[in-house]
Amino acid sequence: MAGKVKWVTDIEKSVLINNFEKREWIQVTENEDWNFYWMSIQTIRNVFSVDTGYRLSDDQMVNHFPNHYELTRKDLMIKNIKRYRKELEKESSPLAEKDENGKYIYLDFVPVTFMLPADYNLFVEEYRKNPSSTWIMKPCGKAQGKGIFLINKLSQIKKWSRDSRTSTFVAAAQGKEAYVISLYIDNPLLIGGKKFDLRLYVLVTTYRPLKCYMYKLGFCRFCTVKYTPSTSELDNMFVHLTNVAIQKHGDDYNHVHGGKWTVSNLRLYLESTRGKEVTGRLFDQIHWIVVQSLKAVAPVMNNDKHCFECYGYDIIIDDKLKPWLIEVNASPSLTSSTANDRILKYNLINDTLNIVTPNGDIPDCRWNRSPPREALGNYQVLYDEEQAQSENAERDLRSRSGQSLGSKGTKGSAGIRPAAATWK
Amino acid sequence: MDEGTELSLTIAQIVQRLKGSHLHSQIERQAKECLHQPEIKLESLKEDVRSFLKTSGWERKLQNAVYRELHVQLPPSHPAAPPEHLKEPLAYMRKAQASWEKRVLKSLNSMSTELGVPLARMRPAAEQKELANKWNEMGTDEPDLTRFRPVYAPKDFLEVLISLRNPNHDSSEDVSAKSHWGLIQVPLNVRDIPQLRQAYSELNLFTGQLGIDDHAHIHPGSADLFESEYVQIGKKVVVEQDSAAAQQYSRQGCPTGLRADLWALILNSTNQPQDVMHYEQLKAGVIQHELLVDNLIYKDVKLTASNDDYYFVFEDFLYQVLLCFSRDTAVLEHFKYNSANPPKSYIQGKVGDDECAVVYPPNGVIPFHGFSMYVAPLCFLYNEPSKLYSVFREMYIRYFFRLHSISSSHSGIVSLCLQFERLLQTHLPQLFYHLRQIGAQPLRIAFKWMVRAFSGYLSTDQLLLLWDRILGYDSLEIVAVLAAAVFAFRAENLMEVTSLASAEAVLADLSTLKVMPLIQIFLFATAI
Repeated sequence: MAGKVKWVTDIEKSVLINNFEKREWIQVTENEDWNFYWMSIQTIRNVFSVDTGYRLSDDQMVNHFPNHYELTRKDLMIKNIKRYRKELEKESSPLAEKDENGKYIYLDFVPVTFMLPADYNLFVEEYRKNPSSTWIMKPCGKAQGKGIFLINKLSQIKKWSRDSRTSTFVAAAQGKEAYVISLYIDNPLLIGGKKFDLRLYVLVTTYRPLKCYMYKLGFCRFCTVKYTPSTSELDNMFVHLTNVAIQKHGDDYNHVHGGKWTVSNLRLYLESTRGKEVTGRLFDQIHWIVVQSLKAVAPVMNNDKHCFECYGYDIIIDDKLKPWLIEVNASPSLTSSTANDRILKYNLINDTLNIVTPNGDIPDCRWNRSPPREALGNYQVLYDEEQAQSENAERDLRSRSGQSLGSKGTKGSAGIRPAAATWK
Repeated sequence: MDEGTELSLTIAQIVQRLKGSHLHSQIERQAKECLHQPEIKLESLKEDVRSFLKTSGWERKLQNAVYRELHVQLPPSHPAAPPEHLKEPLAYMRKAQASWEKRVLKSLNSMSTELGVPLARMRPAAEQKELANKWNEMGTDEPDLTRFRPVYAPKDFLEVLISLRNPNHDSSEDVSAKSHWGLIQVPLNVRDIPQLRQAYSELNLFTGQLGIDDHAHIHPGSADLFESEYVQIGKKVVVEQDSAAAQQYSRQGCPTGLRADLWALILNSTNQPQDVMHYEQLKAGVIQHELLVDNLIYKDVKLTASNDDYYFVFEDFLYQVLLCFSRDTAVLEHFKYNSANPPKSYIQGKVGDDECAVVYPPNGVIPFHGFSMYVAPLCFLYNEPSKLYSVFREMYIRYFFRLHSISSSHSGIVSLCLQFERLLQTHLPQLFYHLRQIGAQPLRIAFKWMVRAFSGYLSTDQLLLLWDRILGYDSLEIVAVLAAAVFAFRAENLMEVTSLASAEAVLADLSTLKVMPLIQIFLFATAI
């Protein structure tokens, strides 16, 4: 294919620009003809807004889905997951099976969460069941740990109560100050006595059918301060939040490693201290919840063919080795805090581009979205709905014709295996 | 001395050492208690008690304890040999070690005088309470350590090793192909490749290795099979609780999920209630008294592990283990076979009066720059401090002390240096000659790796595979082999460098190396 890709970005990050330049793509402004636009979520809102009426042509590609917020806004993600469960339940899908306590066996992967002020009464009902628990308040539309605080008394969130007719409530009701309140995971897995969360990168190239990839080089983000579940420390955010944006303000922030530990370290540690089987199960479950969260939003997602998206998944593991999905970021930070971080993020963009713009050619939104294995880099296929369906069909056919299933656990499709394994 | 006498001497010694041990009293109690059982008959008392001890697993525990004794302390070569020969048979080595110790101690003492920090002091009650409260988060403390510097760094120690001479050996000849081109100028018997091939036969190209044969891209298909069969055997070894079997098994590598158990088994580090208690006592000791060396430990952790991509997570565990270690007088036991002697300090005003001498620090080990890296990798295996502690202490008194004592032991740092240089000179003469010509003596680069048994240089998974073999072969020799293998692996690039700095740059990052293929190729695929 002749011609070079013309690129624009409104995020001046070297890991992006270096990648574009390496491909000898040509930088243009957003008012010129462009093929590839790596944009912020503010810009994507304008591109797809009804007023501007921008129409993308076949050779243009952007790095967000128009309504990505269905997944990446905390309140909407919860809403979509709740709806997804209900639907599966209605279909009496085995996935929606519940245990004797009424908890979903396979779909209980987000901490109990309510919208405030909308669900205030529901929240109070839940709160009273277990008044000693701690809850975490997060503003719906903010990222990087801004505006987050912990509470363990109802009085601390009076502002969001439905009954109060004060002006604060009105302000809150306007949406800007809407919060989600989630049960705080107060038994996190500690390593070296420290709390951490997992940041994993997931690439989606299409929602219908769903095709997603997991980046192998995720990392753990550690709190610099020892974790104490005591409520006296509720005000010390460094204990509880693992966002680098927050931790960087801590006195102990280390600029060599930035409090980041690779997922391979985590795996080595867990396999060594807890054994191979439970560790494998944990990672299978993590893959499972990522796929389920994507399936939950797939029906409402505007599956625009010009789009792909690289999400930052935040996951917390509790001391029973159960992973919990905390939130999904639409524009994971491309700022590099350390040298290793820069390499990681450069490679992340590089591998992403290799998949979404095969051979660095000018995009064609009708591309088949089936990159060859060698183009995946550090990505691995997490779920490929088309392939899964054809495999299911094949399995059906075989079992109907009386053939044995045999062991078709090919190692290559490791990404699909966990989903299939937990499916039953 | 004939074999029979030697054996009975060894047995007598081991019996002596195990007498009065906790295991001894445990077995005694078990034997007494079993007398009440119906299957113990008076007419066959001895056999019945024996078979009871066997079936109840006490015999295996005794075997493991004997096995440990055999590994930790070799019997003297001759019954008439004086005890210092057990420490180090060569007089010039003993002398060199003694003068090195003097230097280190002097520098510690002058640090104490200059900074006005006492070697030890009782903490006031309030401070004790505070420390007890933040025991699990000592890392959050930022004491001012700018005035403290490590007592010595590996490169200071290297200079001492370079200046070692055997007074009975003339090494002043000119450089020739036959002479030794390296920095170590003492004649010690180190193994060459044909001898190493025999000693390390399990590492050959045709035996399955964890760290090589578990990687699918090397042997697609058969990798899974090797690994799963090998893991099954490993599980059996763990169930059997047999130290000797575990050690043999470890030669081909330990599976990640079994390593913690296997290492503890090899080291006979069983983490009994009394071990937990011992650890708690040491902890109480740390809380009561502050030592000058505590600052050195803090400083070392801050300089090394706290900045390390792999180990920073374990900062607090490192303080706990190292502070307890410095107070542990059980460590003194190893000075029976260590060429070093525990440093002594005198009560104020009584310098020189041996009656007023105390070992300082209480364990007799002065930490140096990088010491915490002996503990750091173990934090990946043991998340319980007392267990971590006992495994580390056993690793130290079996292996790590040899990396910073001057001795003629095969596992000693002098032998490792010499072996590294000999391997390089024999098998990569061009490379050695080139590096020597540009003023980049290979040992100047490799020394820091060997002093730490590569901890902090390799990625942790690879380091653990290397330490599997240290435990499996009960020797640090493999460390010297790996150092030479790393040079061989990077030989092409090294041939192009023209300065020490650029040679160092070529070898700066070892975190991508896969150690077992390097060792295997160097030992078994090098032309000899």
